Amino acid sequence: MDFLTIKNVHHTYFTKSSMTTALSDITLDVNEGEFISFLGPSGCGKTTLLSIIAGLIEPTSGTVQLENKTVKTSKNDIGYMLQQDYLFPWKTIEENILLGLKINGSLTSTTRDYSLQLLEKMGLAHVIHSSPKELSGGMRQRVALVRTLATEPKLLMLDEPFSALDFQTKLKLEDLVSTTLKNFNKTAILVTHDIGEAIAMSDRIILFSPSPGRIHKTFVIPNELKSLTPFHARNHPQYTELFQKIWKELESLDES
Amino acid sequence: MTNPDLQGLHHQYLKGLKREKRLVRFFQVLIFTSFFVLWEFASRLHWIDPLIFSSPSKVWNLFIQKSVDGSLAANIGITVTETILGFLAGTLLGTLLAAVLWWSPLLSKILDPFLVILNAMPKVALGPILIVAIGANMTSIVAMGTLVSVIITTIVVYTSFKEVDPNYLKVLYVFGATRSVCFKQAILPASFPTIISTLKVNVGLAWVGVIVGEFLTSARGLGYMIIYGFQVFDFTLVFLSLLVIAIFATLMYQLVELLERKLIKND
Ligand SMILES: Nc1ncnc2c1ncn2[C@@H]1O[C@H](COP(=O)(O)OP(=O)(O)O)[C@@H](O)[C@H]1O
Ligand SMILES: [Mg+2]
Repeated sequence: MDFLTIKNVHHTYFTKSSMTTALSDITLDVNEGEFISFLGPSGCGKTTLLSIIAGLIEPTSGTVQLENKTVKTSKNDIGYMLQQDYLFPWKTIEENILLGLKINGSLTSTTRDYSLQLLEKMGLAHVIHSSPKELSGGMRQRVALVRTLATEPKLLMLDEPFSALDFQTKLKLEDLVSTTLKNFNKTAILVTHDIGEAIAMSDRIILFSPSPGRIHKTFVIPNELKSLTPFHARNHPQYTELFQKIWKELESLDES
Repeated sequence: MTNPDLQGLHHQYLKGLKREKRLVRFFQVLIFTSFFVLWEFASRLHWIDPLIFSSPSKVWNLFIQKSVDGSLAANIGITVTETILGFLAGTLLGTLLAAVLWWSPLLSKILDPFLVILNAMPKVALGPILIVAIGANMTSIVAMGTLVSVIITTIVVYTSFKEVDPNYLKVLYVFGATRSVCFKQAILPASFPTIISTLKVNVGLAWVGVIVGEFLTSARGLGYMIIYGFQVFDFTLVFLSLLVIAIFATLMYQLVELLERKLIKND
């Protein structure tokens, strides 16, 4: 049985002056515990697909099911981390990470302790009473990750979470996120336009082509790379090989 | 090369700042006092008609007399109360209306042209109707103070509600939030600084509404003192009221500004 099934999803945005088909005929299955990356130039509908999976927008046609239930009814099983951290500046770090639990009514001393432990694991226990604006970009993104994980979602979606960070912070966070998700055996979808990041972090890469967005090709990451942390994977000979292959594929998309 | 004497330079810089500040203060006091001195002399020497323009000494004597018999304090109390009630009600009601408009995008589209008309309308022109409808009492004066500020507050606060980054709502919706949770968690707190700043504008607007209201009802308050002084040709009374209004309006504005700085710093 598949964990997440996306079937014939098609989405068109209507505005007064235009019609934009963002996604066309997307069919995709994701297994439990799998780490998937969506790779592709901007404008090929990656964010739109995440919003559809999160149940935030209804696709023009097609279905998305999580464990055989429509995503509308299983909202609490999905965590979604946006491109920027979107921590609420008027709330403390503690209030921010407990927000999800508070909203879905599952804030108990157990879930609260769990969230605080997560924060500690991210090396941020000391900022619990701080305000978001006192934190660096990398710290804020880690807090946002804790906020997303605090509700224990079964499926985690990350929309270009590292794109606004400097390179060093990004490499560190990749390792942190990757090991955290592996430890919890979480299923995850990562959107990125960084080929290296996609190779280093995922089990499978879905390459999208633009206008209209569709699945162009799928790359399965060899086991040798999967078993390594992202940082070490980047130094593996197979990494370079795969990088070249995907690079060429992206180039060919540009030309057509 | 020798190191520049930083301590000495800093000292000089501070001294320069102090000197400028003293200069500014000096001219402010000079303008203030010469205004009153000139006014007094102009009146005594009949450069201006003392019957119309009165003089500081006459205003001062009247101030003492009205303070002793307690009538000034009573009138100040009434006007200040009405103004505070008016601007608080205007801000609260305006925010509430903005919330309703945010809640229903359809309603906001329907009401849009009416808001434009009401905003363009000089609200004090509705005074007579208000007084006939509610009665010549404190309620109708507070209503005037409210009416002047409520529409502009609605528009400003509603605009601020709409400008809240939709990604904050996205975060909340993924957690399963309803629209009212979104309002409480994101829309309202994000617009808090805007609401506080309308408070400041509304203090000034409420004074306009209240003074005009007191002109019309002609019963009590500083506005009444002005209109009464005008009718009996006692311009000393008019100037006394004007000076008192200037002082209290400034005080109230400063208080709200202080409140704003406190609240904005805290969050
Ligand atoms: N709310 C919207 N209304 C109209 N068009 C949209 C909207 N959101 C996205 N689009 C369009 O849909 C396409 C896909 O956008 P998006 O999903 O954001 O792509 P990506 O995340 O891959 O960059 C783009 O052409 C974009 O302009
Ligand atoms: Mg995007």
